[in-house]
Amino acid sequence: MDLGLINGYAAVALLMTGLYIVLAYDNPIKRLIGLSIFQAAIFVLYISMGRIAGGTAPILAEGIERYSHPLPHVLILTAIVVGVAMLALGLALIVRIHEEYGSIDEQHILELEREPDA
Amino acid sequence: MSEHALLAIDAVLLIILLTTAIAIARQRNLFAAAMMTGLFSLTLACLFVLLDAMDVAFTEAAVGAGISTVLMLSALALTEYRDHPTSRGQHTLALLLCFAVGGLLMFAASEWPALGAPDTPVHQHPITAHYLEQSQQEIDLPNVVTSVLSSYRGYDTLGEVTVVFTAGLAVLILLLGVRRDNHEEDDA
Amino acid sequence: MTPKSNSAVLRVVTKQIIPMILLFGLYVQFHGEYGPGGGFQAGVIFAAGFVLYALVFGLDNASRAMPARALFKLAPLGVLLFAGVGVYSLLRGYAFLDYTAIDPHDPVHAQHLGILIIELGVGLTVFSVLLLIFYAFAGRRRADSLTHKDMG
Repeated sequence: MDLGLINGYAAVALLMTGLYIVLAYDNPIKRLIGLSIFQAAIFVLYISMGRIAGGTAPILAEGIERYSHPLPHVLILTAIVVGVAMLALGLALIVRIHEEYGSIDEQHILELEREPDA
Repeated sequence: MSEHALLAIDAVLLIILLTTAIAIARQRNLFAAAMMTGLFSLTLACLFVLLDAMDVAFTEAAVGAGISTVLMLSALALTEYRDHPTSRGQHTLALLLCFAVGGLLMFAASEWPALGAPDTPVHQHPITAHYLEQSQQEIDLPNVVTSVLSSYRGYDTLGEVTVVFTAGLAVLILLLGVRRDNHEEDDA
Repeated sequence: MTPKSNSAVLRVVTKQIIPMILLFGLYVQFHGEYGPGGGFQAGVIFAAGFVLYALVFGLDNASRAMPARALFKLAPLGVLLFAGVGVYSLLRGYAFLDYTAIDPHDPVHAQHLGILIIELGVGLTVFSVLLLIFYAFAGRRRADSLTHKDMG
C-alpha cells in the first residue's frame, strides 16, 4: 500500500465514526459532536488535497518555488467558522427543547408527544 | 523535512485523531466527550500545520479547542450530560450503514492521489498558477490565502460572513427573545 | 454562569495572558496580508480572549468590559462594512466588490485598502457574533431553576 494514501483512508474512517455517532445515539448533543467529527473528516480530505510535496505554506517568499494550493485552505477556513456558528445554533435549539420537554432524549420526547395531556 | 518523516508524523497524528473519535463514540458521559472534542480539534490543528495550512490551523485551534468546547460545555450545563443507552438494534443498523458507506468510500479512496503528488487536478488546474503567480501583479500580497479569501473570492466570503451573522441572530432569538415572552406570561 | 474562580494561580495567570491574546488577535488581524492570519482568525482569537476572561472572572465582569449592547452594534457593522465596499464600487461604476473603485489610478493600492477594510468587517462580525453567542449560553440558567432575573 502506498503510504501517501493514508490521509484519504483516515478521512473515510473519521467520516464513518462521525456517521456512526449520528445514527446510533438519540442524544442530540452527542449527534452534534458526531457531526463535527464528520465535518473534520472533510477538512482532512480537503487540506490533504492542497498539499504538494516539497512545498510550503502559501505565503510567498524569495527563493521558494512550490506552495500548497491556497484554495482548499480558503474553503476550509470559512467552513470552520460557519461550522461553529451552526454548532451554536444546534445547541441553542437543544437548550430550548430541554426547557420545553424537560428532556433531550428523542425517544422520551416522542413518548411525551404521544400522551395527549402530558 | 523529508517526505518519510512527514508521513510518519502524519500517520501518528491520524491515529490519535481516530482513537479520540472512537473514544468519543464510546463515551457515555457527555462532559468527558466534549473535553475530548477539544483534544480532537487540537490534534487536527497540529495536522493542518504539518500539511502547510497555517491559516486553517490557526482557526481550528481557536475555534475547535477554544470556543466550540466552551459552547458545548455551557449547553451541557443547561441540559443533561448523561447519554441514555439506545437499543442494540439501532447500534447494529448504524454499524451496518456506516460500514456500507465507508466500504464504498474506502474503495474510492484507493484511487485517490497520494499525499503531496504534484500531478493531481488540484495542482494542474490553471487557476493554481493564476493564484500563485498572477496575484503578485494584481494584488501584491505575500499571503495568497488572504488574497483569494478577500479579493478573488470576495463574494463567497461576504456570503460566509452573512451566514455567521444570521446564525448568531438565530441563536440570540432562540435564547434571549423567547425567554422574555415567558416572563411576560409569568408576570401576567 | 459559575461565580468567580477562587484559584489565585488561575486569576493571576489569566490576567497576564489576556493582554497577550488580544495583542496577538490585533497582530493576526492587521498582519494577515503578510503572514498567516486574517479577519476570521483574528475575530475568533479576540472572542476566545474575552471568553477566557468571563470563565475566570465571571460573566458580570466580562459584560462590563465588553457590554452586549456594543456587540449588538458591532456585529451588523462588520457585515455592513463588507457589503458597503461592494455597494460603493457598484456606485462608482465598477463590478460589485471590485476594489479598483477605491483608487482607480493605483489598482494594487486599491486592492490593499479594500482587503484591509473587508478583513476588518469580517473580524468585527466574527468576534461579536461568537462572543454574543457565548454570553447568551452562559447567561442562561437551567430551565428547572428559572428565576425572574434576566440577563437583559
